[in-house]
Amino acid sequence: MPDGGAVSHHASGDAEIVQFDNVGLRYGTDREVLSDVSFTLYPGSFYFLTGASGAGKTSLLKLLYLAQRPSRGAIRMFGTDAITTPREKLPLLRRRLGVVFQDFRLVPHLSAYDNVALPLRVAGVSERELAGPVTDMLEWVGLADRMSARPATLSGGEQQRVAIARAVIGRPDLLVADEPTGNVDPEMAVKLLRLFEALNRLGTTVVVATHDVHLLRKVPDSLIMRLDKGRLADPTGALRYPPRRSAMPGAGS
Amino acid sequence: MTEAAATQSDAETPAQPPSRRLADLIPRRLGGASDQADIVPQSRLSGPIPWVIAIMVALMVIAAAGGLALRNTGRAAASELSGGITVQIVEARPEERDREAGAALATLAGLPGVSDAHLVPQGELDALVEPWLGEGGIGADGDAVPVPALIDARLTGLLSADRLASLQTALRVHAPGARVDAQSTWLKPVFGAIASLQWLSLALIVFLGLATGAAVLLAARTALGNNRATIEIVHLLGGTDAQIAQIFQRSIARDAIGGALAGSGAALVVILLLGQSFAALQAGIVTGGALALADWAALLAVPLAAVVLATLTARWTVIGALKGML
Repeated sequence: MPDGGAVSHHASGDAEIVQFDNVGLRYGTDREVLSDVSFTLYPGSFYFLTGASGAGKTSLLKLLYLAQRPSRGAIRMFGTDAITTPREKLPLLRRRLGVVFQDFRLVPHLSAYDNVALPLRVAGVSERELAGPVTDMLEWVGLADRMSARPATLSGGEQQRVAIARAVIGRPDLLVADEPTGNVDPEMAVKLLRLFEALNRLGTTVVVATHDVHLLRKVPDSLIMRLDKGRLADPTGALRYPPRRSAMPGAGS
Repeated sequence: MTEAAATQSDAETPAQPPSRRLADLIPRRLGGASDQADIVPQSRLSGPIPWVIAIMVALMVIAAAGGLALRNTGRAAASELSGGITVQIVEARPEERDREAGAALATLAGLPGVSDAHLVPQGELDALVEPWLGEGGIGADGDAVPVPALIDARLTGLLSADRLASLQTALRVHAPGARVDAQSTWLKPVFGAIASLQWLSLALIVFLGLATGAAVLLAARTALGNNRATIEIVHLLGGTDAQIAQIFQRSIARDAIGGALAGSGAALVVILLLGQSFAALQAGIVTGGALALADWAALLAVPLAAVVLATLTARWTVIGALKGML
């Protein structure tokens, strides 16, 4: 993680980062894609969200990054009721999130530099203040020589690294990543996981959706959220009643 | 990385617009927010909008100038004719006509509220009727067609129908052939036509303004559709409706300023050329339509209003569309 790389609004001191209570989601009149989903994410935790294709991972992530409202249930984020919060206030919640989309969603006509700088610009950071962090971040993900390149000229792996750099540049309270290592080589995948862990140690709660079971072993302190046909499996109860941070494995490391 | 390196040179070449656009003639950033890249590509946003606005502004300014010139013409003519009356001495016998004309002049001179009265010279009368009666139509020998004597008089105060009637009664005591007409009544249909043209120019301005708003609305909607994915990203990164609207607003404002400048310039040329042509006529009623300083200020307000209208239309359109997103 580059030094001085971000706008810091972590360490909120909230008791929970996210709390889902009996959340259900359906699109139109179809059957529910998520049913009775309840869990709590605590500050500084690291979660892997797993499940087969169609299990509802992306739908759950959409609820997490406030792109979708649930059909039922309650969601609290950063101590705020995310369902009843007026939409004018939602941007403030969104600025505390970092999102890595599965399809990257880079702005096509902006350079890698401008894409990474976008969250900081949206948050009102001056060009002078953001120049150093953005450059450092691009160097860290190995794209120092590609800062001026447009997304269309980057390889899939490079685009993914730009997307990750954009998600973490604001040092978010909650990082949500959808298959963040799907297009990179194993070496880069491990490097990116180390970046997520570094952020996690700084207090960012991380949720990584992945199919890759090998990744799960690489972060030993992580908790597993497994979705199965829209329902969240939590056999140990660690998600619904998570241990206090101090009691969690690896706390204080 | 090899593939990336191969394309790097292309990628690092700054994107050039296919051709220099009208909007490029003015500073790229209004308000000087920062030197950051545009989040929405400007070439996809504006398209022909600067030219549409230029044409609309040119037409609006010309229509406004026409309306103002007509108003000035009407006012000048009304001022010229207000209080003016014409006394005709309708008498076939020349000697009696001359006597009655003299008596009428004397009566007018003795009446209160008459500031000026003079007999229209025979030469002017000849010139007036010459197109209809031909040269020599009015002869001193009395064989020619008899034409009434005319007295041009000016009254002070309000010229009402009652006042005209009492004036005629007073004149007929010594000049039975006297008929009194207010000069302004002759031009009443002209004033009516001028007023209609003024309303027409106002209606044109309103319709052109609406058309400008509609064109901007369509452009903003198209731009929203073209850039929907980008807008969603900015939205999910915590961008507010106002921030996103600002992007479009700024772009449309830039286009509108470019269009308004070009349109105003073209309109100014047209107005000056038309002004010169009308001035060359040297007709009093036409030269009375010259634009005053206040009129030029009003014309300046037209492009400014067009820029404000276009900017607000873009803002309302974008914010309305964003309300549909969470």
